[in-house]
Amino acid sequence: MNGYGGHILRVDLTNGMTSKESTPPQVARDFIGGRGFGIYYLLREVPRHADPLGPQNKLIISSGPISGMLIPGGGKCDWTTKSPLTGGYASASMGGHFTAELRYAGLDSIILEGISPKPVYLFIDDDKVELRDAAGLWGKGTFEVEKHFKEKLGEEFQVAVIGPGGENGVSYACINHDFGRQAGRGGVGTVMGNKKVKAIVVHGTKSVPVADVDAYRAAGKAIFKACKEAEGLKEWTRYGTTIVTSWCDEVGALPTRNFSAGSFDKAKGIYGQTMREKIVITDKGCFGCPCPCGKYSHVRKYNTYVEGPEYETIGLMGSNLGIDDIEAVAQANLLADDLGIDTISAGNAIAWAMECYEKGLLTGKDTGGLELKFGNVEATFKLIELIARREGLGALLAEGVKRASQKVGRGSERFAIQVKGMEQSAYATHNATAMLLAYMTCDVGAHHNRSWAITYDLQVGREKVVPEKVARVIWLQNFRPMFDVLGGCRLQWVELGIDRNLYMPALEAITGVKRTWEDLDKVGERIWNLTRMYWVREIEGFGREWDLPSPRFYEEPPTSGATKGQITKFEDVQKLLDMYYEQRGWTSDGLPKPETIDSLGLRAFVG
Amino acid sequence: MRLYADHAKCSGCNACRVACSLNLFGENNPKKAALVIEPHFPAPGVYEVKVCTQCGDCAAVCPTEAIQQDERGAYYVVFDDCTLCEACVPVCPEGVMFVRAELANAAWKCDLCGDCVEVCGTSALWVAEKEPAVV
Repeated sequence: MNGYGGHILRVDLTNGMTSKESTPPQVARDFIGGRGFGIYYLLREVPRHADPLGPQNKLIISSGPISGMLIPGGGKCDWTTKSPLTGGYASASMGGHFTAELRYAGLDSIILEGISPKPVYLFIDDDKVELRDAAGLWGKGTFEVEKHFKEKLGEEFQVAVIGPGGENGVSYACINHDFGRQAGRGGVGTVMGNKKVKAIVVHGTKSVPVADVDAYRAAGKAIFKACKEAEGLKEWTRYGTTIVTSWCDEVGALPTRNFSAGSFDKAKGIYGQTMREKIVITDKGCFGCPCPCGKYSHVRKYNTYVEGPEYETIGLMGSNLGIDDIEAVAQANLLADDLGIDTISAGNAIAWAMECYEKGLLTGKDTGGLELKFGNVEATFKLIELIARREGLGALLAEGVKRASQKVGRGSERFAIQVKGMEQSAYATHNATAMLLAYMTCDVGAHHNRSWAITYDLQVGREKVVPEKVARVIWLQNFRPMFDVLGGCRLQWVELGIDRNLYMPALEAITGVKRTWEDLDKVGERIWNLTRMYWVREIEGFGREWDLPSPRFYEEPPTSGATKGQITKFEDVQKLLDMYYEQRGWTSDGLPKPETIDSLGLRAFVG
Repeated sequence: MRLYADHAKCSGCNACRVACSLNLFGENNPKKAALVIEPHFPAPGVYEVKVCTQCGDCAAVCPTEAIQQDERGAYYVVFDDCTLCEACVPVCPEGVMFVRAELANAAWKCDLCGDCVEVCGTSALWVAEKEPAVV
């Protein structure tokens, strides 16, 4: 099948068996790849109410038709599963070179099923597929394990690996790859650890077949040319995602001291400009990327090397913890990556604990003597390790802020910054109603990448609650995740302003199927509704209440910074949801209406 | 003319290698590229790029004269004349002369098409006149 590796690899961990099946053409037609394949197999194959940490859950790893191709940014891999953090849908996107290598080995997806009786790693070298013993690697950090495989098997092998966090069942454990890229969110690493899979190593030498090689070369080169000629290329490549740190600080979107404010009085210490000058040594790109956002750093204070920190980590492990030293943030980043826990959720959990401590809800007795005040770097390092090992206070924080705050109670739920149980990524949303709605309705929980709408807030008036804003959020939610479906990166479009229509001739030349963005937006809408239907299926009583944001954004105006005194009124929060549900064709409780399900052709997925 | 690379600018994305395999074989397969990127991570955190200098050592040892030179000075493999004898591989000072019978039925090397330069977003690659050899 043109544009595809051609096979799905199934790994039955319980019985130690592997098998391959042809990638079904109708699934490729209707769901294309990446996160489209993920939700298809999750809904079809993981039984209702399966335990996320049980043998019935599956981990579905998928590339897409532009992965590993001569298309800018074809380096994204989707990891879909039932989330142990939220109990709902999880899909994490990982950059690097893994997704390309999968396709060179002739694979579109890997589906991990069951639970292995002992630690193993999955070895793939073209058609040779084996489950191998990983007893000697269990307990080791991600960097040591990746280095071990690179030395043993060669640089051409690509490695995805979990750390102790995933082995120990931290709810938000991640998967590491390429010494600094992660499938970070929703506990995909927790599921891999639960299945006793320490790593997946893959190497392939096959060519990905395409429908029209000359047209493909020409169309691919045209997108590279557009990227290279883009005005923002140089600046973006110099700073990567950290370019927004100073902007967020100025507009009050930089999470500060557990999102109590959106500007940080000591933010200059963690600005992208500061970081570039102080620690960055190499620009590090994902597969086929002409505008590499990865910044590789040498952290002299600790004599360590780390990819990053990127903006989300700077926000959550910098300003949100009251830390203004970029080297300390980078070191926290390194510890979290090596131990295999998501920096966004972990940063939130630590910030929440610091606020509890400062308010007297947690004491030295609870923290094991750690003085958990905002700004305490050493305590942050220590807590990252305690979380990964689920020891002491770390065991509580490893649950995520929703469950942790329910246990501690006494009002701490109101400053647990999460939606659907997933901690909020690094945009403070006291007065940015489109971005707030984007977080409220994101299909994995409070994550920004589906709909990065905050610039639209500033463009049209941040406090405005109008149908156009809601329509914008919905359009972004349908469109942006299409890059995760195609197996590519959205940042060439977002940051360099590349005309999205340039991708269509390339996609047609690769797959032989003519598509338009209107078609793809429709596929995006179908996938969005399917992920919603998954939540409805899995969680009793799922509905409107699950879309509410942290009360902090409608109850507590910041006392300093650019958004001082500003919040979103609760009635506006409700109004946003009313408009959103109406435009989506969902009931007033946020459930897709039968006629919406029928009009999108999704009836077969109900129940 | 020859291809030049600046290690410090390479971000390891491999777009060059896909473009290369498409030029040489019409295939989407960086394992069939004529330039090499060697990552050195986690320390010291740099990419090493190996490219053909068009020195001609490969052509000099080829028993079937399958490696010819074009008007720009670029040496290229005439696929039909190659016998996969591998004489060219050990003499390549940069390690960018390839014979892998399981992947292709002829040796391959850089033919200076320039496609890698075209897709490199960080300007780590360029084509220029050969610098005079230092004797």
